[in-house]
Amino acid sequence: MKVNTMAEMLANGQTPEVLFWVGCAGSFDQRAQKITKAFATILNKVGINYAILGKEEACTGDPARRAGNEFLFQMMAYQNIQILNGYGIKKIITTCPHCFNTFKNEYPELGGSYEVIHHTSFLQQLIDEGKIKLKEGGEFKGKKIVYHDSCYLGRSNNIYEAPRKVLEALDAELVEMKRCKSNGLCCGAGGAQMFKEDEPGNKRINTERTDEALATGAEFIASACPFCNTMMTDGVKNREKETEVAVLDIAEMIAASME
Amino acid sequence: MPILQQILFVALFIIAIWLFTKKAGEIKRNIFLGRPENRNDNPSKRWKNVLLLALGQKKMFKNPLVALFHLIIYGGFIIINIEVLEILLDGILGTHRLFLPMLGNYYAFIINVFESLAVLVILVCVIFLSRRNIIKLKRFANKDLDGWPQSDANYILFIEIVLMSLFLLMNATDQAIQLNGSEHYKATGTLFFSSFISPYFSSMPLTSLIVFERTCWWFHIVGIFSFLNYLPYSKHLHIVLAFPNAYYARLNAIGQLNNMPSVQNEVLYAMQPELAPTNANTPEKFGAKDVFDLSWKNLMDAYSCTECGRCTTACPANITGKLLSPRKIMMATRDRLEEVGLNINQNKAFVDDGKSLIQNYISIEELRACTTCNACVEECPVSISPLDIIMELRRALIMEDSNAPQEWNSTFSNIENNFAPWKFAPDDRANWINEMPNN
Repeated sequence: MKVNTMAEMLANGQTPEVLFWVGCAGSFDQRAQKITKAFATILNKVGINYAILGKEEACTGDPARRAGNEFLFQMMAYQNIQILNGYGIKKIITTCPHCFNTFKNEYPELGGSYEVIHHTSFLQQLIDEGKIKLKEGGEFKGKKIVYHDSCYLGRSNNIYEAPRKVLEALDAELVEMKRCKSNGLCCGAGGAQMFKEDEPGNKRINTERTDEALATGAEFIASACPFCNTMMTDGVKNREKETEVAVLDIAEMIAASME
Repeated sequence: MPILQQILFVALFIIAIWLFTKKAGEIKRNIFLGRPENRNDNPSKRWKNVLLLALGQKKMFKNPLVALFHLIIYGGFIIINIEVLEILLDGILGTHRLFLPMLGNYYAFIINVFESLAVLVILVCVIFLSRRNIIKLKRFANKDLDGWPQSDANYILFIEIVLMSLFLLMNATDQAIQLNGSEHYKATGTLFFSSFISPYFSSMPLTSLIVFERTCWWFHIVGIFSFLNYLPYSKHLHIVLAFPNAYYARLNAIGQLNNMPSVQNEVLYAMQPELAPTNANTPEKFGAKDVFDLSWKNLMDAYSCTECGRCTTACPANITGKLLSPRKIMMATRDRLEEVGLNINQNKAFVDDGKSLIQNYISIEELRACTTCNACVEECPVSISPLDIIMELRRALIMEDSNAPQEWNSTFSNIENNFAPWKFAPDDRANWINEMPNN
């Protein structure tokens, strides 16, 4: 399956309909790469005319900004907006809620305005339009799935329903944690916490959240953010439940269930 | 005699209003020590927030039972103020129950509504006191509230019980006097709740009854004057500031951090020097070290905080035993601002006291624990953003003091040099393509 870069498409005189913004985790983190490949597979199967930036993609600056390093954020924003505007990008799809939030809410006032879609919203749209056809009796049919809200998708951008609608399409039994939707508990990765040790405390945040997810008795923890995915996967390993409970991105679940 | 009482009343009234206005002026001055920030756009959306968040207490209804309890105290407070209007006029004019002849039969009905509210308010205050002191609800039995804040909360509930009881006692003795037949005390009709207490006073001689009734009346209204002047020193100030705080709440998406145009421009001029103005100003300070560097809205947030602790209960860092408590961030900001205000009162203008919000009031460890998840912002019933303050302090730590944990410094240098927070070669960014199926 071929994945084109913007540069390649431009060289061939083609204009993609959307840009798939992969993000740093999706590009480099081994676990998150699987999510990227799953989502790219879906895009290819459905026949979406898309491209990635490849080597021209760079961190949006989200972790720098939230750590307090506004200079670095502004530098990254400047470079990215130059590239995106240079290619005349109108529509961006991303699998990372942090990139999503930065594009949607923070780049516009810096001169970068795009239609930004998170992959869960896009998947819901494709399912609703009948473009994604799911297998009868797929791997998740009747299985208990608990969805963990990403803060940057949920509270920050009010996207609570799209990921749940997609999961419902899997014919699974969707269960909720007590702290869900706008009351959802963070996985512990936001605000550049992903990149440093926790401050002293009595528990890690990802363990607290994973315990809550495990208590629902779900066999699958569904995530919609590569960082949440890492945090929850670590939490499950920490509780030695990795043989019973899998942490999967919604894109991976859909890719595995497509006809 | 009556004229002396009127003079005393008017004097007390004027003193109460004067003291309150003076302190309110100081608070306003303190709030505007903060940086200017324009929050006047989109008035229709702002008024809607006042209606929904402040008047309608939308966020409180996340827990409907507690919301109902709070609504009773709040409704009771506002509606009973109509009765206070009558008491004020009576005090000034030397009349007794001025509205009775005007309202006729409706008077008893209205006072009965007030009495019902008074009884409900007492009940809810007792429930709230027991939540704090007997049940010891987690968000109240918390070290954030050790000392004055805990007492403050108890005083407020206690004062409300006393004020409401005085109101009922005043009505009870009034009815007992009416039975004895006194020209000044006209028949009000049965006042339901106080009529239960009234019989206990029936054996009292008329003169003692009148003294008792007057004592209740005076304590009630002087109590209200005192409570008014207690507000500015208390978390109870939220009953006033919740409204402007809702109006000036940020309207942007909750996930959007405030932009720093000075930094944006500096980067722009570095990249495109031809755009740089020749007389470029030296940039302002970056982020906030003290209250002066925060915006006025951040400072109004601090005065609006009612220390309910919903933010802290929802904070993932606090839940897992970290030092960070968003409520404490707000309380610390107010404490520092009050200290600065006192400094200004004493010295005419602020004299450097060698202290700052960061370090002296809020530690680096607290700031470092935040995941920017916005749970505190989502929870706050009075439109406060603790995250705004945390972010401004973090910005000063990094950009003014270059104070970052070693891991973050590596992250920054990776982002700068490798365009990702990890040390991977930028050229390998799209290597995953080669692992796509059927490739």
